Amino acid sequence: MSTPVLDVRGLAYAYPDGHQALFGVDLHVHRGERVALLGPNGAGKTTLVLHLNGILTAGAGSVTVDGLPVEKEHLREIRRRVGVVFQDPDDQLFLGSVRADVAFGPANLGIKGAELERRVTSALEQVGMAEFADRPPHHLSFGQRRRVAVATVLAMEPEILVLDEPSSNLDPASRRELADILRSLDVTVLMVTHDLPYALELCPRSVILSDGSAVADGPTRALLTDDSLMAAHRLELPFGFDPRAVGERP
Amino acid sequence: MGAGHGHKLHFHGHSLIHRAPAHRKLIALLGFVLLVVATPREWFAMYAVYLMMLGVVIAVSRVPPTYLLKRTVIEVPFVVFALLLPFVAGGPQVEVWGLTLSESGLLAGWGLLVKGTLGVLASLTLAATTEPHDLLAGLERLRLPHLMVQIIGFMVRYLDVVTSQMRRMKVARTSRGFSARNPRHWSVLARSAGALFIRSYERGERVHLAMLSRGYTGRLPVEATTRPTTRPSAVTEHP
Repeated sequence: MSTPVLDVRGLAYAYPDGHQALFGVDLHVHRGERVALLGPNGAGKTTLVLHLNGILTAGAGSVTVDGLPVEKEHLREIRRRVGVVFQDPDDQLFLGSVRADVAFGPANLGIKGAELERRVTSALEQVGMAEFADRPPHHLSFGQRRRVAVATVLAMEPEILVLDEPSSNLDPASRRELADILRSLDVTVLMVTHDLPYALELCPRSVILSDGSAVADGPTRALLTDDSLMAAHRLELPFGFDPRAVGERP
Repeated sequence: MGAGHGHKLHFHGHSLIHRAPAHRKLIALLGFVLLVVATPREWFAMYAVYLMMLGVVIAVSRVPPTYLLKRTVIEVPFVVFALLLPFVAGGPQVEVWGLTLSESGLLAGWGLLVKGTLGVLASLTLAATTEPHDLLAGLERLRLPHLMVQIIGFMVRYLDVVTSQMRRMKVARTSRGFSARNPRHWSVLARSAGALFIRSYERGERVHLAMLSRGYTGRLPVEATTRPTTRPSAVTEHP
């Protein structure tokens, strides 16, 4: 196989208070893939995400993005390549208008003028929010804010889009809209979630993170139907949901 | 709050005053306030002139005067203090409607009241005619240190988030039968305030992480904070 876009090897990390969150995680994502990172609360999912763009520095092991190691001297390029969409859009949208927020990332990369304008417009179009460019973010609905948060990262034209719990707090319609948007994007996606039906809907492949290590890696449907594996790692499907009964998406 | 438009003090409009550049309005406000404060309080006629000047600006801005007057309630504590002054100050006394009042207290109270009211009205007029976004751009243009502009910007952005969080916490307290009727309950309020502080502090950290993730290096890029002069037709212009 080709060089993975994202290559995590033996990643271990302990918080300054001594709490060990990751114990040697291995994870690789190839170009064009949509991979779900599944795990119960407290499995270390968000800690792992914060390593992918160098917010946290590995205690041991390595993270490589498209051949470039996540190290201090490459942070700027790493943060362009890895776009992280955080769970709470209010954390991500902090400027006075949608346009300004979407322009923030690319402008930090030194992009100006017409090119900046093009990126902002194109990112907002990809998430269907172009007509809201001049609105203040706090006047949008939660689902709209989540979509704008995705646009703020798309505008940086990342190699890989990392989404932390993208479906949380969304109503079913917003959830479906976001799924349609994610499917339409021509970008590699790593989706961190404990929303198993959403993972099955969007990601052909899944990795299970449990107690700070990656314990399983395979086709999403196969993992979700492996009852003993699921039970061993505190993963439960919602009542009435049977992955065997769900057909493939066209 | 009107959809798509600023904060509770803003009155949407397109008058000359609304369209004037924010930094000029800021300078005008500062100049006006300094002038009012520097005018000796015995020059009664001058204050009539100031009020007229302000009246003309408000009339041009087409912000209803009642809209502004309602919001001057913020001044009430000062008014109370100004009204108390003639009773508590010493010095020569005068009789007014059967009340014995201190002459210097009367003058001091008048000074406080008139200067305060003019200042508050002028500030409210600025707030009513200028979107927070433009105000920040104006401050930036006036070379206010970048860090301060950023801090004010964050305050404007997160004011709603924090107050709605505060409201939700209050609703959650009330739903469990709590009401702060006597001082014994104050410790609950203090804890809520503490919890709100911690939550806001943690949010601050998360916002910072999200900013770092998009390449923030300590300075907001100018391109992200200023509006393009020509409104691009967002949808079609660039394929």
